[in-house]
Amino acid sequence: MRRIFFESLMRRPLTEAAPARDQEMFAELGASVERAARRRLGRSLSIREVDAGSCNGCELEIHALNNAFYDLERFGLHFVASPRHADVLLVTGPVTRNMREALERTYNATPDPKWVVAVGDCAVDGGIFSGSYAVVGGVSGVVPVDLHIRGCPPQPTQLLKGLLTLLEA
Amino acid sequence: MPGLIDTIEGTKIAGHRPWPRFVVTENGWRFAASQLSAGYWTLLGLWGDAGAVHMAVLDASMREIAVVTVPCRDGRFPSVGALHPPAIRLERALRDLYGLEPVGLPDTRPWLDLGFWTVQHPLGERRDAPSSRAPYAFLPTAGESLHQIPVGPVHAGIIEPGHFRFTANGETVVRLEQRLGYVHKGIEALMEGSSLDTAVRFAGRTSGDSTVAYALAFAHAVEAAVDVGVPPRAIYLRALMAELERLANHFGDIGAICNDASFSLMHAQCGILREKTLRAAASCFGHRLMMDVVVPGGVARDLAPSCAATVAALLEDVRRLFPQLVELYDNTASLQDRTATTGVLRGELARQFGAGGYVGRASGRAFDSRKMLGYPPYDRLDFEVPVLEAGDVNARVWVRVREVEQSLRLIDQLLRHLPAGAIRTAVDPVAELREGLGMAEAFRGDVLVWVRLERGHVARCHLRDPSWFQWPLLEAAIEGNIVADFPLCNKSFNCSYSGHDL
Repeated sequence: MRRIFFESLMRRPLTEAAPARDQEMFAELGASVERAARRRLGRSLSIREVDAGSCNGCELEIHALNNAFYDLERFGLHFVASPRHADVLLVTGPVTRNMREALERTYNATPDPKWVVAVGDCAVDGGIFSGSYAVVGGVSGVVPVDLHIRGCPPQPTQLLKGLLTLLEA
Repeated sequence: MPGLIDTIEGTKIAGHRPWPRFVVTENGWRFAASQLSAGYWTLLGLWGDAGAVHMAVLDASMREIAVVTVPCRDGRFPSVGALHPPAIRLERALRDLYGLEPVGLPDTRPWLDLGFWTVQHPLGERRDAPSSRAPYAFLPTAGESLHQIPVGPVHAGIIEPGHFRFTANGETVVRLEQRLGYVHKGIEALMEGSSLDTAVRFAGRTSGDSTVAYALAFAHAVEAAVDVGVPPRAIYLRALMAELERLANHFGDIGAICNDASFSLMHAQCGILREKTLRAAASCFGHRLMMDVVVPGGVARDLAPSCAATVAALLEDVRRLFPQLVELYDNTASLQDRTATTGVLRGELARQFGAGGYVGRASGRAFDSRKMLGYPPYDRLDFEVPVLEAGDVNARVWVRVREVEQSLRLIDQLLRHLPAGAIRTAVDPVAELREGLGMAEAFRGDVLVWVRLERGHVARCHLRDPSWFQWPLLEAAIEGNIVADFPLCNKSFNCSYSGHDL
């Protein structure tokens, strides 16, 4: 263990520079993030991830945000275990009919002010799963969405870009 | 001793490859169920069709696989689950999706239809009305001082949704009952009538962590059905991707299991290895998870010459860092204290359920479809299938550790002998009906895909995740453990929700 710690001390950090903010995402967010709310929350946001029907691909990349290369917490962003502690819901998947109620309840359990970020192509409009008897469609069909981060799945850098844009909009 | 295929009495269906399919009578079906329950055969899958039910079985001693089909008169068939418990959840799901009635099924509660759909029996005789949403009756528990802990479907971590109902006496779990189906997306219905190009994208999104293995199992099934050969270079590239996928997932799992024992150093270090693996995958195959690269007939993109060096550099990194982490795991008593003797899965149960992957192999079931079926290129490669007997969390960690080492060996060989040449054969549509069964070894176990093709399109496809035969065993393994060890046990199984719910 000492050797691993020592090596970690000696070498340069793996953590990479933050990506540039995304102008398109700024535009989508413009109206939704109020200045007052921003002042109250400062530059720190608590995120609750909700898988509303994803294939688990998006979850893997969201997980990656916590690794040494992306290190999400350095930006004041961190994942919390309960919607009651959250400012942001990060929702993945085409919303399945079986998850619709659970998503609504999670949203209702999240205190205001709150934002919803829909992650992945499926979260936009159901993606390849749209039209199924078991799928409602995109996240915005169930709860109001402030920001979409596309990709199948979006790469961690894209996720980071979206979340930093939200932090600074 | 006569092989499996000789003992099945029925009509052999033409155009089913590579293993035969037999249509049997109800008595023939009951015979198959009794062979399963006696432990002679292993259940590989059980799924519905229009007015019929199919079951894939394996005779491990003869290395033979067959599909048996029973036509359902009046929409009924003799339940396999009545004799062989591993079939119970499969039959409950089949009831929901097809409306076919397994006669004698001991548990007839719905499994995937939670009462939120607007249709009933979406794959069978559709009824445009939702099923009733009666409160779900969890299995009863009796005794003094018992309390229940409901968890989910929305869990505390960044994980998939499902419901766990614990009954505990103090800290000790008396019973765990799972309720799944929350991420059911209706993939099999979506695949019906789709082109092969579209269908393989669905297969690759059944369980995102196993996208390569799913696409591979689907491709195996299609290639068997239409009898098309795959260029040697594509076969090697597929295996390279499959092993990179296994490495990435095993690194993630080993770290996450230790993290659930609050040993975050391992988590952080394994996370670095996982990220490096995904980056190598992205630079070689254009996608971090390598989605949509395996296609029927071969692979969609070739490996650039510089990639061999990228992968070699990854292997060098892993070989330098990973042994230190293994040593750290092995020498940290406080960590071992959590993983050793925790969540023991008995070998008999692993064998009865035909549990694949590290769940089976940590409990003495030496099944690995790469070895057992020897599908190319694994028939030409030198590797071992690590098997342990202890069946605890610790054993499931060690099987992963050993498999990482084997995957490194495999990748070495794949790179060294990578053939030149074409990477894809055209899969021409065949006029007549064709059926194929395919298997591929995902990091969590064997994925089974059955496909029926009609004029180059998918008429029907069934995808069976390894988790079907692992989830029920988690219920058994947690019994008598403390509630606080559940995350540890759960992560050591790491069953798929999406792959199971479909």
